[in-house]
Amino acid sequence: MSTSNPFDDIPGTTLFDAQRSRQGYHLNMFCMSLMKPENRAGFKANEPAYLEKFPMTDEQRQAILKRDWNGMIALGGNIYFTAKLAATDGLSFQQVAALMTGSTQDEYAKMMLAGGRSIEGNRSKADRK
Amino acid sequence: MSAKIVAGVATSHVPAIGAAIDLGKTNEPYWQPLFRGYEFSKQWIAAEKPDVIILVYNDHASAFSLEVIPTFALGCAAQFQPADEGWGPRPVPTVIGHPELAWHIAQSVILDEFDLTIVNNMTVDHGLTVPLSLLFGQPAAWPVRVIPLAVNVVQYPPPTGNRCYHLGKALRKAVESFDQDLKVVIFGTGGMSHQLQGPRAGLINRDFDTRFLDGLTADPRALARMPHIDYVREAGSEGIELVMWLIMRGALDDDIKEIYRFYHVPASNTAVGHIILENQQARL
Repeated sequence: MSTSNPFDDIPGTTLFDAQRSRQGYHLNMFCMSLMKPENRAGFKANEPAYLEKFPMTDEQRQAILKRDWNGMIALGGNIYFTAKLAATDGLSFQQVAALMTGSTQDEYAKMMLAGGRSIEGNRSKADRK
Repeated sequence: MSAKIVAGVATSHVPAIGAAIDLGKTNEPYWQPLFRGYEFSKQWIAAEKPDVIILVYNDHASAFSLEVIPTFALGCAAQFQPADEGWGPRPVPTVIGHPELAWHIAQSVILDEFDLTIVNNMTVDHGLTVPLSLLFGQPAAWPVRVIPLAVNVVQYPPPTGNRCYHLGKALRKAVESFDQDLKVVIFGTGGMSHQLQGPRAGLINRDFDTRFLDGLTADPRALARMPHIDYVREAGSEGIELVMWLIMRGALDDDIKEIYRFYHVPASNTAVGHIILENQQARL
């Protein structure tokens, strides 16, 4: 497999680079706004209306409303910012991580206790083929 | 008279560790092995009694959002309040700075061609306060002044390992040209292998971590040449935080004594690594 960006060869991983930072600026700044209790309350009261304050794409808004955590990352979200949305929902970092990997929280916690996700088979998309 | 860096400490700074301390869970079976691994270090630093810690860490979208992204930011304020990361600030003491030494360092390293950002007002998040809690427990006041050095590792690209290593050398030169007798310990924090995002979240690479710890002690120059992609591929997207450990290492002698090492999996999503390295020359 040939890729122009060597980081794209790493499976299941999205690098928060210049392009994604530009794409996700307003999505991430929305998440940042949730650091303030009054903004969390405003968001919870009417999510779509609150999101109108930020000039995002419809796709980004939908990803937020659906809590599509991988979708937000794909649309320029950064995990340290989207984690603030998770905290607003009362989710821990580990709960969000489990959701992004498609496993239950219990399965994910067990995997971590058993030493975490193995690097073997997870280094390179090209090597998987 | 001069200030001296006597030792370096590296440790992970997982937020869940701070929560376990703050909520009194350190004796629970999940957490006990982790905190046992820091018992030696607590005794060591209590005996060492540093006057100042230069604490290299990264902010996690707490003090810095995407509005301003400094690659290296030195805290020159008299004090730093713990950040509210969405659940209220951690119940830990205010961090007391050392503005005189911090400003001296800023001037020295900028003239040494490291163009860092001077910060007079910022909060400090778990990246800085968790290492303090691990080493000092829960005192009413931190028994040491702290100079925060925040490094961008969130927005790609972070600084290279090599740049970090050489910044460490410039920091040492700066400290040693300060005309007060001060005992300084430098902390490098973050890591070790971990990934918090996407389908590969939960990645842990014990072999990589072991090699990193070995290299940090024995051959930091070789380690400093490792490219970013190796960190991300082998240690996970957040494993890139390990470049910060090279700032600590650069501030030490070439030949140092590794006096302690600890490694534990997991703390939440992360492999916890911890090492204490002593300078020999400063002790003569």
